[in-house]
Amino acid sequence: MPEGLITVAYIVSGVLFILSLRGLSNQETAMRGNLYGVAGMIIAVLATILGGSVGSLGTLMLVMLVGGGIGMFAARRVAMTAMPELVAILHSFVGAAAVLVGIVSHLESGFLSGTELLIHEIEIVLGVFIGAYTFTGSVIAFLKLRGSIGGKPLTLPFRHHLDLALLLIGVLFGAWFVNGAPEEQLMYLMIIIAIAGLLGISMIMGIGGADMPVVVSMLNSYSGWAAASAGFMLSNDLLIITGALVGSSGAILSYIMCRGMNRSFISVIAGGFGVAEGTVAVASKEDEGKEAQATSAEETADFLRSAKQVIIVPGYGMAVAQAQHIVHEITKNLRNRNVSVKFAIHPVAGRLPGHMNVLLAEANLPYDIVFEMDEINSEFKATDVVLVIGANDIVNPGALSDASSPIFGMPVLEVWDAKTVIVLKRSMATGYSGVGNPLYFRENTWMLFGDAKESLNKVSALLN
Amino acid sequence: MIIGVLKEIHPGERRVAMAPSVVKQQCLKNAHSVLLEQGAGVIANFTDDQYEDSGAEIVETAHQVWERADVILKIRPPEENPETGDHEADLLRKDACLICLLNPGLNSDLLQMLAKTGGTAIAVDQIPRISRAQSMDVLSSMANISGYRAITEAAHHFGRLFNGQITAAGRIPPAKVLVIGAGVAGLSAVGSAQSLGAIVRAFDTRSSVREEIQSMGAEYLEMNYEEDGSGTGGYGKTMSKEFIEAEMKLFAEQAKEVNIIITTAAIPGKKSPILITKEMVESMIPGSVIVDLAAEGGGNCELTQPGETCVHKKVTIIGLTDLPSRLPTQASQLFSNNTAKLIQHLSQDGKLKLDLEDEITGAITVVHDGKVIWDPDKAKAVVEKQVQPVTQENVSKEVPAEPTVKETKNGTILKILAWTMAAVLAGLIGFGGSSEFLSHITVFVLACFVGFMVVWNVSPALHTPLMSVTNAISGIIVIGGMIHLSAEQIILPAIAVLIATINIVGGFMVTHRMLEMFRK
Repeated sequence: MPEGLITVAYIVSGVLFILSLRGLSNQETAMRGNLYGVAGMIIAVLATILGGSVGSLGTLMLVMLVGGGIGMFAARRVAMTAMPELVAILHSFVGAAAVLVGIVSHLESGFLSGTELLIHEIEIVLGVFIGAYTFTGSVIAFLKLRGSIGGKPLTLPFRHHLDLALLLIGVLFGAWFVNGAPEEQLMYLMIIIAIAGLLGISMIMGIGGADMPVVVSMLNSYSGWAAASAGFMLSNDLLIITGALVGSSGAILSYIMCRGMNRSFISVIAGGFGVAEGTVAVASKEDEGKEAQATSAEETADFLRSAKQVIIVPGYGMAVAQAQHIVHEITKNLRNRNVSVKFAIHPVAGRLPGHMNVLLAEANLPYDIVFEMDEINSEFKATDVVLVIGANDIVNPGALSDASSPIFGMPVLEVWDAKTVIVLKRSMATGYSGVGNPLYFRENTWMLFGDAKESLNKVSALLN
Repeated sequence: MIIGVLKEIHPGERRVAMAPSVVKQQCLKNAHSVLLEQGAGVIANFTDDQYEDSGAEIVETAHQVWERADVILKIRPPEENPETGDHEADLLRKDACLICLLNPGLNSDLLQMLAKTGGTAIAVDQIPRISRAQSMDVLSSMANISGYRAITEAAHHFGRLFNGQITAAGRIPPAKVLVIGAGVAGLSAVGSAQSLGAIVRAFDTRSSVREEIQSMGAEYLEMNYEEDGSGTGGYGKTMSKEFIEAEMKLFAEQAKEVNIIITTAAIPGKKSPILITKEMVESMIPGSVIVDLAAEGGGNCELTQPGETCVHKKVTIIGLTDLPSRLPTQASQLFSNNTAKLIQHLSQDGKLKLDLEDEITGAITVVHDGKVIWDPDKAKAVVEKQVQPVTQENVSKEVPAEPTVKETKNGTILKILAWTMAAVLAGLIGFGGSSEFLSHITVFVLACFVGFMVVWNVSPALHTPLMSVTNAISGIIVIGGMIHLSAEQIILPAIAVLIATINIVGGFMVTHRMLEMFRK
């Protein structure tokens, strides 16, 4: 296959990737966008194979079949609630691949010299550094999302200084690598990888669980940059284009989410933005000794029956309990009784942005009754009953009123304006950010303790 | 305490100040006794028997009521009785209290007469428009009835149906109704016209009532002029000249089109503004009807004759001032409910006890202890006092925006730093880079911007699928592994290809699965 044709094929697949991202920004075109992405990938892989630069075709086929099989299995098996974890672990694969490509690229760089070699070596350092950072960071994010390690941010003393020191040491070894003798270079490269890996662990460990959506999106962006730097190493424009696309779109996505949470974007890139310096407030002082009022499924059903307008605020608790189907049942029932039912989705509800929309869609809820925070916040005043299903930080009035709260300034759903708020929750434990919630102690708030799915099953049965 | 109810002597007045159901409530629940002048409720369809059954004592003459009752209830202000020659105001006892409509702004002579008796007079039309006093607000109750009656009067004179129909005999277009002024009467007219099936438009100088108009199902007429006419006490204020010109232009346009115009722009104690000129009336479709609810103050229409219904060039102009009295049963019921609440507010332990410091009592007591104590500004002051705390609360709510300022400052420094670094980097690349490297950089930078533009408008619901698809695409790194896959380097590239393929296939399939769930 002539060189020119390969380039054309790469351009085509680059354009397809752009169309793919474009398509994904709209409901109607999303499906097509995904197919564009698949097409672009197939063209890219075929062009590379036909280009004749692959040495061992048999091995390639074998490896791709195995990898494809694993990917397919994972995608089929994963529960919708585990989606964030899957995305996080997939990021780590890209990071690891970038590291491997970097090492191999170094081993094969014998034919270069002078400035070209210098640039090539800088590219390698950057590539493996970003790759390793993405790898360990994604693994940590994966573990945090799975709950294997605690959601609370790990706050080592002088954490930020430590991170900075790691970065400087990385730069130092990078310089040694570039200037070093050929036989020592591999060792330096390994050290750089180790340092970047440590940095990834340290930074993501320092971020609280509530901020994981942004972290996942940011790691997504990093995995793009890792691919782009691999493109520079290999002088491959397709890798550069695609990597840059993914990198910048991931960064923008994180930025959009930061705006939704009122966080500074710069401090997200810097990592460790999960907490203000100092300790995390566990519960506000005012609420100490106050008791929340508990209610029953019967009362909840009564509240719902006599309401004119109901707004349902789903949170991670609904995802965990897999309660979206029973929520749909209740919604149908209430709508048949001419009760207006709406859903209020906070931009960071769940563990990924848009997580709730995906779950509600899975339960076949019509998406024209699902509203974003800005659209619905003014409607709580005219609402009779708000049903908060396993959400905590996103309905915390402290975010607006308590300047000492770590989530102060984050826009929240103002559910307390409604006549009655019913909160479904397993216990009085704090949310992922580790902050107490004054909402539970309000006069118009009732707590329905227990597993969301069980409680809602009871409510649904009573409504029928 | 004895409550006396008089028969109205004003010509044409059909209401009575207390309905039998309220008599029952006063006698049984509040342990008052009620004294009723014979035949007081007859025109309002309340017979003396009904009153007696409810517990009232019927007396033959008005004098007996004036002599025995502690509280005297009536509707209209006191006036001279043509039959006996007495003026009602003279009959008030020193220790008694008269409760009725007094319109103190226009009746200063009457107030003086009442003051001479040494008794107390309470003007129910002075009830401040605050939520606490809403249940006593007689004017609102009457305005509500006026609005309804305005539409039924208009329908009576209008030669057509209100609702549109398509019948075997042809198509009937719906009537178009314009309501000017969306106070209680205006809104009531809007609702009544709407329920008859007409197309209703409404206009008000106070832009705050837009939602109320729309909530009644009518269209709010926009005007290309910015000025809010919210005055004190829930009434509109007088507007600037430019505003009025723009307003008149709007009315002139509407007059040519609508069939019914209801005007309700009354300013208390002042002459009503002219909103509908003679030319506008003449431009209306023949058969159209104007109902002027501000007729008592001279009318909003230039041709209105207060108290009369007249026809000018085929346009009927209704200037009736006794609309509530034309629904006497309902009006009496509401009036007596309001005054019952008022009496409850004024009395303590079954006795009348006036606390002039109270904002409601202070505003409505116009004659006391031989003096006229009416102060036209008092009612307004009450309203303003009510409004203030709300604004203060609003201000304090907005304060917590402060802390972000510091962060932005940090942000600017970081921004400057980032730009400087970018400039230095660009310089380095320009000087040191090979041409091949430079072309890569070009591609890289352009691709960054494409990525930036493409996702900027993503709808929030699609964040997760987008992230998962970009993740799949970043699996393009597989090509890096493929290129290096050769006989001598096999293990590392093979692993790279393996995990990248997992990522690609997994990413695309998960995205597909998620997207399949979005319905519609």
